[in-house]
Amino acid sequence: MKRRDFLVAGGVGAVFGAAAATARATPAEVLEAVRQLTGPAGVKPGRVTLDLPPLVENGNSVPLTVSVDSPMTAADHVKSIHVFVEKNPQPFVASFHLSPRAGRAVVSTRIRLADTQSVLAVCEMSDGSFFSGSADSVVTLAACTESE
Amino acid sequence: MATALIHVPASAKRGEIVQIKALISHVMETGYRRTSLGAVIPRDILRRFVCTYNGEEVFRAEMYPAIAANPYFAFNAIATESGTFEFTWSGDNGFSKTESVPIKVE
Repeated sequence: MKRRDFLVAGGVGAVFGAAAATARATPAEVLEAVRQLTGPAGVKPGRVTLDLPPLVENGNSVPLTVSVDSPMTAADHVKSIHVFVEKNPQPFVASFHLSPRAGRAVVSTRIRLADTQSVLAVCEMSDGSFFSGSADSVVTLAACTESE
Repeated sequence: MATALIHVPASAKRGEIVQIKALISHVMETGYRRTSLGAVIPRDILRRFVCTYNGEEVFRAEMYPAIAANPYFAFNAIATESGTFEFTWSGDNGFSKTESVPIKVE
């Protein structure tokens, strides 16, 4: 092995080593988390809209607005909204619990994104059904999960 | 000590949907970062935020490390009667903070 090859191999190894050290959630983990949440009910796409900037310069603080198309009456309202991501160290971001007293099923917050990825929101309606929506975001500077 | 910034309209019409915004200063240390010496920086996050309106819960959030530092939430509530909104944050290391804001409903 030439010296240059050796250095390249070492560099690649170091990169993969670092990636392994900061464990990432996987799409399978997100699916599992959603399955645990919904049980046998299953999730239908639609009714949930995520407002997320398509290009993020700094993943440490990304504005996110989740809105659900619901009349928010006592008979038909959103009980909870759960937000998941695929490539942060863990799939959970936040859970919001609402009641008919909210009047409107719109919640805004700021989240961390460790990589370019899609954000998934699953909402539970008062009749026990689940709906989901997602949005993608390209992150140029990731939220720091590495050294200071 | 953590400071909280809360925005609730001072007055509203009965039945009107008002937007509430709440921000609190907190590092939200994820527990995944390391110092230059390789030691893990212990997790220190807020885990729960509850907003009640005259004692009844209108909004609750559970937070994970993926919530950005200085957690911010904006949500809505129907103004039914004059009273107070009470906001409580709680989290790691016994963190707890409560603030209340009055609202006048005509």
